[in-house]
Amino acid sequence: MSNTLFDKVWDSHIVSKINNGPDVLFIDRHMVHEVTSPVAFLGLKNRNIKVLFPEKTFATADHNTPTINQHLPVKDPLSANQLKALEKNANLHDISYWGLGHEKNGIVHVVGPEYGITQPGATIVCGDSHTSTHGAFGAIAFGIGTSEVEMVLSTQCIMQPKPKKMRITVDGKLSKGVTSKDVALFIISKLSTSGATGYFVEYAGEVFTEMSIEGRMTVCNLSIEMGARGGMIAPDKKTFDYIKNREFTPKGKDWDKAMVYWSNLNTDENAVFDKELIFDGNSIQPMITYGTNPGMGISISKGIPKAENQDTGINTYKKSLDYMNYSEGESMIGKKIDFVFLGSCTNGRIEDFREFAKIVKGRKKASNVTAWLVPGSHKVEKAIKNEGILKILKQAGFKLREPGCSACLAMNDDKVPAGKYAVSTSNRNFEGRQGPGSRTLLASPLVAAAAAITGEITDPRNYIK
Amino acid sequence: MGYEKFNKLKSTSVPLPIENIDTDQIIPARFLKATERIGFGDNLFRDWRYNPDNSPKKEFVLNNDTYNGKILVGGKNFGSGSSREHAAWAIYDYGFRCVISSFFADIFRGNCLNIGVLPVQVSPEFLDKIFNSVFENPKTELIVNLKNQNVSIPSLCISESFNINKYKKENMLNGYDDIDYLMNIKDSIIEFAKNTPL
Ligand code: SF4
Repeated sequence: MSNTLFDKVWDSHIVSKINNGPDVLFIDRHMVHEVTSPVAFLGLKNRNIKVLFPEKTFATADHNTPTINQHLPVKDPLSANQLKALEKNANLHDISYWGLGHEKNGIVHVVGPEYGITQPGATIVCGDSHTSTHGAFGAIAFGIGTSEVEMVLSTQCIMQPKPKKMRITVDGKLSKGVTSKDVALFIISKLSTSGATGYFVEYAGEVFTEMSIEGRMTVCNLSIEMGARGGMIAPDKKTFDYIKNREFTPKGKDWDKAMVYWSNLNTDENAVFDKELIFDGNSIQPMITYGTNPGMGISISKGIPKAENQDTGINTYKKSLDYMNYSEGESMIGKKIDFVFLGSCTNGRIEDFREFAKIVKGRKKASNVTAWLVPGSHKVEKAIKNEGILKILKQAGFKLREPGCSACLAMNDDKVPAGKYAVSTSNRNFEGRQGPGSRTLLASPLVAAAAAITGEITDPRNYIK
Repeated sequence: MGYEKFNKLKSTSVPLPIENIDTDQIIPARFLKATERIGFGDNLFRDWRYNPDNSPKKEFVLNNDTYNGKILVGGKNFGSGSSREHAAWAIYDYGFRCVISSFFADIFRGNCLNIGVLPVQVSPEFLDKIFNSVFENPKTELIVNLKNQNVSIPSLCISESFNINKYKKENMLNGYDDIDYLMNIKDSIIEFAKNTPL
């Protein structure tokens, strides 16, 4: 029988099936952070049970953490309390814990791959919707709610019906200045934020085989923004090279054994998807969003679409433009901005900082722009320093902050003030996402860099050779 | 954590005819700092409901006494965005037991089912009928019958059926949760774990 990559991984993890109900799915790796876990641990306490497989569970602190002066006590008492709860729970249940100040600390979806916790063919969950990031390695990875976090802690399983399967193929070559982020924003703009709801997506085609592992993570990360449970890409030589010799990947004979499993992880030729979509990679341009959901994206040189051409209701669309204080038909190029945020599990990896540096090198930050450059982890932070990127950033007038989720969801002090515009490399431009009243424009690190030096929306292609 | 069993709900409703209502609107991130599941209802739709100085926004439907009830009716693609179960908790804690929309985001729907809020997906036409009749007469009652899997507007004598998988339906009718089930098959899970490749 012909199977898709998704079938192969999902089916091999079914512990049992319930007729007319969900599958009981075994989870290989569980990532935990401070925000969605405390109530789950409380549930274990009330049931008087321990974590079933502590060695399959990994905890890191990221959502609440400050990005300056991490060596000092956390000021916000509520955040401090949540961080303390995670530490306490991790200790109590013998879970490895990479808290604030730990050398392996960072955003959950950045450190997982960095240390080889993320592996092809694995089932990976975390109480965070962008767990889909790990699909870049050919894993089935998706976000879960706190009740499910409690299920995985207590039984290493969740109960879900198998999603439908969609394949998105993008062939062709990306042109200059077009990044993995643009590919993802382009696809979401075509599908809308609900276009893939109910599906698990496999990305296929030349654009993804040519893409770096970091780029694949950016694409899979954003799968959730079109409503998909997750996205995945078949592992190839690049994948295996990337994970080899990382701390938690198998070594020696175990590696060879794993390779036997991994090398079969691709979609069989005649396998059938519930839905297939094909796009032309050559036609994709640098993208930017103008509204209040990630589906409201356009090529940076285009004007804001007219309300009558929208399939969301006209009222919803107008409400969104009102919030942004934009009008139909306006050009995005030249619009003033106030903040630039480079970071998050979408674009907070070393490759993103390299891209950003490419544009700001030898130039100066615009004086009207506040820039928050936040590495996804200490490992990224170190690489920024070692590769000489920090020097370039400093010469251009930028400062580097310490790792964490930061302005991606603004649970710490990194909040964009009401009414201000932020070009952000993160994943959500919802109302108030980056602070009450904040206005977010999602874009690639290149677009963010061009905006940071000009103080307005700028086509990054004018700044690269 | 247990929840109230759900069988048949007869109630007026609160209409929110906006599409793509995301979890950041349902409960903004800054209210996710609790370590216990209490008090989330106070911050349901916080930034739509209150001004920055904490005074209520008069025009928002939750601040309008005309509309109340245990059913929240939202526009298409309700609950998109984050996996935060806090969104479903806030809805439950405020007093809603059912959300009706023409389309739900996946994770949100699952979270609701896990904590005892029934997500009812109806056709866009039926959703419009609900909105119209509630705006015409805020006292309009809806009946959500889980056992028969249908929702009706008695004043118009119309009803529509909805889908829910049998297992989740039984859970909600009885107030069970998945952990009860999983704990019962723990031995086979441990056996299964021995043979996983990773
Ligand atoms: S960076 Fe943003 S999306 Fe990623 S884990 Fe943190 S809060 Fe979630």
